[in-house]
Amino acid sequence: MTILSYLKALNRAITDEMDRDPAVCVFGEDVRAAVTNVTAGLVKRFGPERVLDMPISEQAFTGVATGAALAGQRPLIEYQIPALLFLAFEQIANQAHKFSLMTGGQTRVPVTYLVPSSGSRDGWAGQHSDHPYSLFAHVGVKTAVPATPADAYGLLVTALRDDDPVVVFAPAGAMGRREDVDLTALAPVPLGVGRVHRPGSEVTVVAVGHLVHDALAVAEELSDSISVEVFDPRTLHPFDWQGLSDSLDRTGRLVVVDDSNRSCGIGGEILATAAEQMHLIAPPKRITRPDGAVLPFAEELDRALQPSRDQLRTAIQTVAKAGGFR
Amino acid sequence: MPDSAALYRTVRLIRRFEERAVELVRAKQIFGGIHPYTGQEAIAAGTCAALRRDDLITSTHRGHGHVLAKGADPARMLAELAGRATGLNRGRGGSMHAADFGLGVLGANAIVGAAAPIATGAAWAARRAGSDRVAVTYFGDGAVSQGVVLEAFNLAALWRAPVIFVCENNGWATTTRTADAVAGTITGRAEAFGIPAARVDGMDPEAVLAAAAEAVARARAGAGPTLLECLTYRFDAHHTWEHTARPRYRTPEEVEAGRARDPLVIQGARVPEAERERIDADIEDLLADAVRFALESPLPDPATALDHLYADGTRVRAGAA
Ligand SMILES: Cc1ncc(C[n+]2csc(CCOP(=O)(O)OP(=O)(O)O)c2C)c(N)n1
Ligand SMILES: [Mg+2]
Repeated sequence: MTILSYLKALNRAITDEMDRDPAVCVFGEDVRAAVTNVTAGLVKRFGPERVLDMPISEQAFTGVATGAALAGQRPLIEYQIPALLFLAFEQIANQAHKFSLMTGGQTRVPVTYLVPSSGSRDGWAGQHSDHPYSLFAHVGVKTAVPATPADAYGLLVTALRDDDPVVVFAPAGAMGRREDVDLTALAPVPLGVGRVHRPGSEVTVVAVGHLVHDALAVAEELSDSISVEVFDPRTLHPFDWQGLSDSLDRTGRLVVVDDSNRSCGIGGEILATAAEQMHLIAPPKRITRPDGAVLPFAEELDRALQPSRDQLRTAIQTVAKAGGFR
Repeated sequence: MPDSAALYRTVRLIRRFEERAVELVRAKQIFGGIHPYTGQEAIAAGTCAALRRDDLITSTHRGHGHVLAKGADPARMLAELAGRATGLNRGRGGSMHAADFGLGVLGANAIVGAAAPIATGAAWAARRAGSDRVAVTYFGDGAVSQGVVLEAFNLAALWRAPVIFVCENNGWATTTRTADAVAGTITGRAEAFGIPAARVDGMDPEAVLAAAAEAVARARAGAGPTLLECLTYRFDAHHTWEHTARPRYRTPEEVEAGRARDPLVIQGARVPEAERERIDADIEDLLADAVRFALESPLPDPATALDHLYADGTRVRAGAA
């Protein structure tokens, strides 16, 4: 077994796919010097033709990746900060995503968008701390938010092999994770297949990205009193509704913890779908950022607006006790 | 005649402010780090010396120098960097968003190039309101490849908006050389829209002031925008994370050569030694007080984290209910 860090897992996924498929190329700012470390060693190994440093022209290079994909390349774009997705949003949501249907299926757009350190990254303030995965799930771009190194590897490999645009969010809160893995067993992880990290019988906690680790910690703390199942959807679009339904068949009680703004976040979609179609014996709850949150700079203000373990613990206890629907 | 001592004072203030701020980052008193402005002080000092108190500026991720040169209180600025309730933005903005609307500082901006159209709009509005205020928007060499900057050039030129585009060309955008990112020239980009553009020695505060004064006069007179490409060098890291991560992209020889011309030395040579010493001592006292003020100031109350989200105080749902 080997210790694999989340960062190294991303790096390894890109390296393996570039080795396997000469069409995979990397676009981004400072990717040759690898300031995020995700692209470390790539230019040395694959050369500057396949690892391209871009001017600060996100809208243009996102569109360039679409064009390159239409003509046979499989670009990976690294965005240094989550807000760059806002700059490139038209090119992703309205261009790359729409080619397949609008051309009557004549073409595909195999581009992967990778955001290392999404969400709050400690002290980077309002314009660098968003976590807009729900926005992409909403417009229908395939969206993955891996929580562990092995899943980061597996989902990034799958994204690179997928024939559609895929956004991969690597939450800042998960980037430091390490895991003991058998490197030869690392494998692609299919989109739309969730993972039960911890089985339980009384409450299902659906946790997204880095929050999986908070959910596991809280589940462990509560283990004497409440049996908590931790379900990690891993991809938000497509979503593993069957996996969630199976979990709720076991527990009948649901708490979602999601680093999105509350209104129109994926947490709301999960609650709605469970309420419409699944087995619930008590009103569900979600822990999110507030509606329309802008993260303030100061550490205690930034923390106050993100989902916390305390909030999650309280929600689990409340849902576990709730009397049930009549 | 430029006031050489005043320019020296501004350069010295920014230099020492940045050095103290870097110390506070190392001491973990500043959360998240900063983009030091060290080496580029002549540009903020020279341009702001050409402005009135009621003129407007927008700044960048590397913005401390601009905000200080426009007259912000170093103590409240430092309190902002330290995330205190007494900071310019009440601890909500931090290093990359320092703003002081009382001084026309419409805010530093963390998105490269994003402030250029904002300054253009503010300049247009100032003229529409019947004033002769002008706006200066600072951005780096990296920003000239953002579409929105070029779109702002177009609007500013069409409307003859009283805006001065100040490009701080320090040779690098993080680890990317200007030459590897910019086709053609920076001045040529402005000239293509009919905007007069000049290259300026961005290490010499008086050269910057002379060029800025001319551009400001043009803008005030209704003759429209100007672009100044100020050639400079970033003495320190792109961001303080480099102090620990140490990415290699500039050779030590290059950094040494880049630091050879120092705005502090250039401007210092124009000020009699006794006066310089007095200014230096003064600034040490000022900054000692500023550090004390910042570190003794209260932290913001977490219960107020959503304050100021909306102009009218609209309340929103919390994240847990
Ligand atoms: C639109 C956008 N893209 C990328 C970034 C990340 N980033 C922050 S500073 C920077 C380099 C900016 O270079 P330049 O404009 O030359 O300013 P300098 O840092 O040299 O002062 C980059 C790429 C950002 N903040 N905004
Ligand atoms: Mg630069």
